[in-house]
Formats: sequence, structure tokens, C-alpha cells
Amino acid sequence: MKKQILVAALMTTSFMGFSQKYFTRTGYLSMFSKTGMEDIKASNENVTYIVDWTTGDIQVSALQTNFKFEKAFMQEHYNENYMESTKFPKATFKGKIENVSSVNIKKDGTYTAKISGTMELHGVAKPYSTTATFKVAGGHVAADAKFNVKCSDHNVKIEERFKNNISDSIEIKAKADLTELKK
Amino acid sequence: MKKLFTWGFAFAAFISQPAFAQQDTTDLMSLLGEDEPIIMTTATFKSTRIIQGQSIESVAAGDMDFRISHRFGTFNSGIHKLAGLDAASMRLGFEYGVTDRLMVGIGRSNVNEEVDIFGKYKILKQMDSGPKKMPITVSYFGSVVMRGTEWADKERTNYFTSRLYYCNQLLIARKFNDQLSIQLSPTHVHRNIVATSDIPHDVFALGVGGRYKLSKRIAVNAEYFDVLTPGLASNTTNSLSLGIDWETGGHVFQLHVTNSSSMNEKGFITETTGNWGKGDIQFGFNISRIFTIKKPKELVLLD
Repeated sequence: MKKQILVAALMTTSFMGFSQKYFTRTGYLSMFSKTGMEDIKASNENVTYIVDWTTGDIQVSALQTNFKFEKAFMQEHYNENYMESTKFPKATFKGKIENVSSVNIKKDGTYTAKISGTMELHGVAKPYSTTATFKVAGGHVAADAKFNVKCSDHNVKIEERFKNNISDSIEIKAKADLTELKK
Repeated sequence: MKKLFTWGFAFAAFISQPAFAQQDTTDLMSLLGEDEPIIMTTATFKSTRIIQGQSIESVAAGDMDFRISHRFGTFNSGIHKLAGLDAASMRLGFEYGVTDRLMVGIGRSNVNEEVDIFGKYKILKQMDSGPKKMPITVSYFGSVVMRGTEWADKERTNYFTSRLYYCNQLLIARKFNDQLSIQLSPTHVHRNIVATSDIPHDVFALGVGGRYKLSKRIAVNAEYFDVLTPGLASNTTNSLSLGIDWETGGHVFQLHVTNSSSMNEKGFITETTGNWGKGDIQFGFNISRIFTIKKPKELVLLD
């Protein structure tokens, strides 16, 4: 009898453990464009990240108008002329952490994992993959990744005369301090 | 029986959990209960002026807008004056963004040697998405103009205040979509001195303006000021202007045709004498160049 209860308890708790989801609404994304003429930087500190450690599913959603630039007119041009933010207000990513089982969120430490999935940006969906690090410490998971996005891949047109100022390849950094989603 | 119950419980736990997990994989974001995002409407107009009159837009905090505005003579002034291109009234302006809501400016016009000083404050901002929606942007504009010319009558006692004119405007605009923006500008102008005692000191007018974007960098504009107060000098007409905005990096070029030659509010609203029907139409332009005066704090990207 005791044995059966133990089995039941184990099964229940283990599955509960499995369905653990971590998230943040104040995640970070930055953009960096470098050309011989100038560097253009922007960051967004209100990005939503959610990870399901059972399945390895990961999703990211960022509002374009939340990207802050150094100069007001850059931000205006970014939204008005390039991203068309009223038509495409969000950039989203849906993907999977491929070797999710190698990340033990119960044990403090640093883990690396490969993430691949689809990013939808400016109405164009493209497959992306990168390597991310997950630092587990005291119930928090600090996620960190870097990758490049090509404007031309997402139908973002840079006029000929601005090609010296805006790079086609934009470096993206993603950071998120994830905590457990309690439901 | 107890045993059966226990196993049943275990089985239920086993099947129910993966079912949960499966549901979650379709859309994790929906678990967070998505809030409607806050999206502020920006760039209702390309410039701080629609054509002659103020738009709800202001210069960004820390930026200086150096403006050069010209109005040539009227097209019907004949070949000897090259259809008006020989004559030019102009205004030079320095306009500064104190905060993202408040801007101040000073300008000098050669017509009547006028100096204008103004402030513009954004009271409400249009927000189409978010918890507190706002359908319009509202700005207040106030200016004082000092006329510098010699006194018309040197014999009488002339007070400094007789050189002054005031303008109050409420600018109410809505950006309907990426292309179309419309603005209403109820206006009050006070003149401390007028030519004769039957001419009113206070003049009320309603401005209507709009822009339609043809491409990402080119827009067409129209603007009309209807003077509501009767009794202005008999040759006074309402100001009507049509124009194009052309935007490049940090410049906005505004090219237009208008029947007004003044480039300050009291001037083009209460002193316009050009008549479109008679061909008193002038070609004009505004050039706006933005300089960053106060460097915004450097954006430091995380490693």
C-alpha cells in the first residue's frame, strides 16, 4: 500500500515539476548597427519571454515602439519608415530549446543549449537558431543569447543613400531574468 | 478498494499532466494573459508647422530646430519681377525642445521688422492602443509678436506695448492612419493697437489643416484659417495654403503656395490681403534643420 502511494506521489510531483514554466515581462533586447559612418543602438526593456522547461518551448514577444534610440528622429524613422509599426506592431519568436533536458533548473549552475525556431519580424517569418546560456541561481534563470538579423531577410528596405549609415546586418542581444510562472 | 483508488489516482495524474503540457505548447504567451500594449501615436505631422500655422508637433527635448522660411512675391506681379521671385519676405527662427512636451522659439521676420517669441505645450497625446485610450493630441500655443517699424504717427504718445500682438491657439489633431492627419486650430489674436477705433482688437479664427502622406518621405498638406470676427480691414482675406513636405535625414523641406506673406500667427491670420481668385498667390518654402544641442544620455547596451 505504502509503495503505491509513493508511486502515485512521485508521479504527480514529477509531472508537476515537468510542467514548470518560467517567464518575464521585463526582458531585454538590443539592436546594434555598425557602419563606417555611424553606430546606431536601440534597446527594449519590456520584452516578454516565456519558457516551458517540460517541452523546451520558448516564446518571445517585443513591441516595436518600445525600442528606445538615442535620437528621437531615429526612433520615429525606425517605426514609421522601416518597421511600419502600426502595421506590424510586434516582433515575435517561437522556438524550442533543443536539449532542454540538459538544463537543470533545480540545480544552480550555467548551462548552454541550442535554440531554434521562427522569428516573425516586419510581417516576414524566418527560421533562426543560436546558442543560449542559462544561468540558474536561487530560483532565477538568467537567459542570454546573441544572433544577427538581416534587414533584407525581412523585407525592411533601406534606401540607397542611407546604406552607408544603416547596416543590413543588425546584431541582436537577448537577455531575460526568468522566474517561475505560478498558476 | 483503497488500492484501486490509489492506482486510479496515479493513473489520473499520469494522463492529466501530459494533456496539460500539450495544451501549453500551442501558445505559451496566452498563459500570461496578454495586456493591450501601450502604443503612443507619433509623427502626426512631419514638422512643427503644417504650412503657415503650428502643428501639434514639437521639437524633441534637447534639439534645436533652425528654420528658414521664405515667401516670394505674388505670381501676378509680372515678368519684371520674375513672377514674384525678386521679392521675398522671410523669417529666421531658432526653436528649442525643452522637454518632449514643451518647446520655445524666437523668430525674426523682415516684414514689419517683427520679432516673435512663443511657447508650445503638448497637453494630451493620442493613444489608440493601451489601457487609457485618447483619440486626439492637443497642444497649446502662445506667442507675443513685437513690431519693430517706426511709429505710424510720431506726434502722438507712443507706448512700447502698442508694438505688441498676442496669439493663443489650441491645436487639436488626430492621426487617422499612417497617411491622413487632420487638425483644428481655434485661434485668438489680440492687437494692442489697431488702425481705427471700429476695427476689433480681439480676433477669433478657426484653422483647419491636414496632411496626406504619398510615400514614406513625401506628404501633401493643406491649411485654411477662417476669420470669425467681423470688422477687420476690408481688404483682409482668409489665409489658404497648399504644400508638400519632403523629408530627408535631419531636414524637412516644405514647399507651398499661399496667399499670405507673413510667417507669424497674428500676421497670416489677421493681415492676409492676397486673393487667390486674383492670382495673389505666392510661392514659399520652410527649411527645417534639427541640431542636437543637449546630447541625449548615451544608450548603453548590456553585454
